Amino acid sequence: MKKTFQIPCSTNYLKDARGFFNEALSDVGLDETTQNAIILAVDEVCANIIIHSKCKESQFIKLSLEVKNGKLIFEIMDHGARNFDINTYEGPELDEIIESKRKGGVGILLVKKIMDKIEMKSSNGTNICRLYKSI
Amino acid sequence: MINIDTVVENGVATLKLRGDVDASSSIDLDNAISNTKNAGHKKILIDAVELNYISSAGLGVFMSYIKDFEKEGIKLVLFGLNEKVLNVFTMLGLDQLLSIASNEADAQKLINA
Repeated sequence: MKKTFQIPCSTNYLKDARGFFNEALSDVGLDETTQNAIILAVDEVCANIIIHSKCKESQFIKLSLEVKNGKLIFEIMDHGARNFDINTYEGPELDEIIESKRKGGVGILLVKKIMDKIEMKSSNGTNICRLYKSI
Repeated sequence: MINIDTVVENGVATLKLRGDVDASSSIDLDNAISNTKNAGHKKILIDAVELNYISSAGLGVFMSYIKDFEKEGIKLVLFGLNEKVLNVFTMLGLDQLLSIASNEADAQKLINA
């Protein structure tokens, strides 16, 4: 069964998205640390969309979770400007970030570390990011 | 949403964090650390006992001060991180780049060493 939720395109609602996924994952039986890491990865993708896609707060980001064949499948759908492809994005190294004192840049690194597979596609103004995690 | 209370005692400024540091609230953490630094404090403790969640935006705040604090001789020690929050730091190896103590007593020892 697919569980769905949506948040306005603003970082103020990221907490609500995390709340939804915490609830949706509650019967999966993950330990607290693993569950937190998985939700962190989804939170990072949502934050990235909100900050970089220039979507408006009146627009929504649609979220879903499906548990299928021992896998968690997260879907994040938005209608902002086409997002860059996480899979081909090579972020700065940790020491570069520290040296440059920039306040960010490790979100995508975390998503790649936590999730097994990331799929991104865009068509007709709709962007879909799917995150897969075996449990 | 993060609440931050700052207490100064025996030359040590302690920032007590309560709640979540994410992309919307990391600015508050940044401002609190920046204000503490600008007030001239050289010893800063981060009380994370009630820190429920941290995302990359929060990690980014701590990372952005590493160089300046080294240069200016400012010590920053975090303590009381719960397992899920500590895991976010260790996934990237940040536990090796920041001073993290398990409890306040150990943090006090580290900061006054």
